[in-house]
Amino acid sequence: MKKMVSLEIDGKEVKVEEGKTILEAAKEAGIEIPTLCYHEGLKPYGACRICSVEIERKGRTRIVTSCCYPVEEGLKVKTNSEKVKKIRRTIIEMLLPISPTGPIMSLAKEYGVEKSRFSGERTYCILCGLCVRYCAEIKKENAITFVGRGADRKVAVVPEKADVCAMCRECYELCPSGKIIDIIGY
Amino acid sequence: MVKRINSPEDLEKLRNEIIAKSKAEKHVVSVCMGTGCIALGADVMMDALEKEVEKHGLKGKVEIKKVGCVGFCEQGPIIIIYPEEICYLKVKPEDVPDIVSKTLVEGKIVERLVYTDPNTGEKIPKLGEIPFYKHQHRLLLANNGRIDPRSIEDYIAVGGYKALAKALFEMKPEEIIEEIKASNLRGRGGAGFPTGIKWETTRNAPGEPKYVIVNCDEGDPGAFMDRALMEGNPHSVLEGLIIGAYAIGAHEGFVYVREEYPMAAENISLAIKQAEEYGLLGENIMGSNFSFKVTVHRGAGAFVSGESSALMTAIEGKVGEPRPKYIHTAVQGIWNKPSCLNNVKTWACVPLIILRGAEWFRSIGTKGSSGTMIFSLVGKVNNTGLVEVPMGITLRDIIFKIGGGIRGGKKFKAVQTGGPSGGFIPEELLDTPVDFDELRKVGSMMGSGGMVVMDEDTCMVDAARYFVDFLLEESCGKCVPCREGLKELSRILNNICRGEGKEEDIQLIEDICETMSEASLCALGRTAVNPVLTSLKYFREEWDEHIKDKKCRAKVCKALINYYIDPELCQACTLCLRECPVGAIHGDKEHVHWIDQDKCIKCGTCYEVCRFGAVKKISGEPIPPPPKGMKPIRKRRE
Repeated sequence: MKKMVSLEIDGKEVKVEEGKTILEAAKEAGIEIPTLCYHEGLKPYGACRICSVEIERKGRTRIVTSCCYPVEEGLKVKTNSEKVKKIRRTIIEMLLPISPTGPIMSLAKEYGVEKSRFSGERTYCILCGLCVRYCAEIKKENAITFVGRGADRKVAVVPEKADVCAMCRECYELCPSGKIIDIIGY
Repeated sequence: MVKRINSPEDLEKLRNEIIAKSKAEKHVVSVCMGTGCIALGADVMMDALEKEVEKHGLKGKVEIKKVGCVGFCEQGPIIIIYPEEICYLKVKPEDVPDIVSKTLVEGKIVERLVYTDPNTGEKIPKLGEIPFYKHQHRLLLANNGRIDPRSIEDYIAVGGYKALAKALFEMKPEEIIEEIKASNLRGRGGAGFPTGIKWETTRNAPGEPKYVIVNCDEGDPGAFMDRALMEGNPHSVLEGLIIGAYAIGAHEGFVYVREEYPMAAENISLAIKQAEEYGLLGENIMGSNFSFKVTVHRGAGAFVSGESSALMTAIEGKVGEPRPKYIHTAVQGIWNKPSCLNNVKTWACVPLIILRGAEWFRSIGTKGSSGTMIFSLVGKVNNTGLVEVPMGITLRDIIFKIGGGIRGGKKFKAVQTGGPSGGFIPEELLDTPVDFDELRKVGSMMGSGGMVVMDEDTCMVDAARYFVDFLLEESCGKCVPCREGLKELSRILNNICRGEGKEEDIQLIEDICETMSEASLCALGRTAVNPVLTSLKYFREEWDEHIKDKKCRAKVCKALINYYIDPELCQACTLCLRECPVGAIHGDKEHVHWIDQDKCIKCGTCYEVCRFGAVKKISGEPIPPPPKGMKPIRKRRE
């Protein structure tokens, strides 16, 4: 039997197995934290930062991504503090012009973001990497990958793997924006 | 084939042999072969020197040594003649005959090659007395300039590998860690994490094998501290690494060298080979039970790979991208094994601490930050170069005492410490001591040791824009706040510099900076906001001028300046008129010139060529109308 760890999430005492993340612990306690790049079947990635929460540890508070941060004994977590809400709103503002699609729109509604001050190009892809990671971790094919760095980062099919890719299409249903259909192209 | 060293006694014997052999030579001429000096022609001068020494039949009496960067790069190529420690600056091949015939043969000083104090006119021949060196405290760089980095014998002669012998034969691994902890050595890569604690974490972490890593992915613009150490004294880094490996219980190590540092990679590779031949690396080091091997890993040209988790991912053969480090790399690093990564300078501190003790190390510097730090002092300062100073020295002392103040008598405006994501520190904070915690308090950071001095001709909005654009280029693009935040910051800052800024931009900048600094995945994104925030905090009036008055007081932002010819000063020499690439200047030999603002592309050529100071740069004020008709020139009063 695994060791149990108790922590406090939004004032609620939560006991979970050691090694779980804050996100998993919150889920068990019925507390919802928004996610975009997280998928329970894949390794934590920590890219979208929307699941950021505020933790208090040894008297010091900081922002961490709940999908990656492992639970610790005595940890105090606030999943919806003013600071957290502000960070999420800015992240939503960043993503909204890029991908005004279902998941982002509903987050915008939930967090009261009516208009974005950002001017990102509408590419639809939010670079959550679900497709890339599914292909690497589950299918073990690495047929799609990230290319470019920084502002030029995008998802592309590895040309040598295009045949394998065309046969699969399993990542289609993971894509939050539906852009993957354009990227793969069939 | 060299003889393997099988005990500390063997090492001492070898050391004595090397020293005895070198005593035959009267003079040692050290020629700086740092990258800067080579670029200035040191290699050509070196050839001339070798020929000249032979011509005078001095072979065997004079040893010519190719040494690593001695730091006073501004004045290269540099020659230092020992034992007198005579330092010759800006040496050209044609100076070589004088150096040989006067100094090496007659023992006289060649006055014209000696440092001249710009204020007093005094000639200072001795290296240690030149103000640039006098106020430094050289520990790590002490042997740059004295030893040939490509010779392990040179390193052994100055006491090299003595610390390793002490560590292996007189200390337990735990004792070494205690010593490092007691020394209060903090990570020289920038974050200042206590080195001893990091070592202990890796030592105690479950999992085998454990790895030790040297981070030489120095990517900050204008920074070359790590490079100078790796190129100039690679064995000191290697010795520190071996001691660390022994203390941590690692049997495999990596030296990560960025692709842009071919000489550093070459010199450390050679150092590894030499150490292996002598039995100072490899199986049963120095006859002990400890075995350790080191591999050099070349980077692939990504700035972000200097971040520890990205660097480790790169060593694994993947794209160098950071990953969340809530479980430290010291516990789960390369291939998820405990991996202890330290900066070049941190490793190089280790042999010194082992030999001279933690107490000695702690006696240098401040309570919170002990030891020395190497900075590359660059920008608008008189003496640029590598500067090693005790922690706690003020920025003012570095810039004005060692750096000799601002170039061209201009006024100081700001200094950026800590690389592209360091903050700009204004004049009123120049008495801030250089210390990990103090620099953080004023909104900047120690970083790896970059120090860029800016004068009154620097626009602080433009400077922030420059570093944002640099970091945008270098961000890996994995996490949203860093990628999208930098993209937007770049857009806004470029707009402001173009005179298209809006008042509400400031609020958006602040919101982006808050989210980036709190929620970015790695330190690149979290610290990228420092130049922007400190520029806003300390130079707010410049931002307001750009946005409201469309004025750039430093006259840097092209869109906000105009060139104009003062009719009272113009001598109608037609020089600017002829040089103007777009024919925007009107006038002739009899009449003063004027610039057609519609045609002018603001290239600044007229401003540079005018010998009478008649071409003016103006910003935020109305351009005086061109003279009515053609105004005849008013001859200068003789």
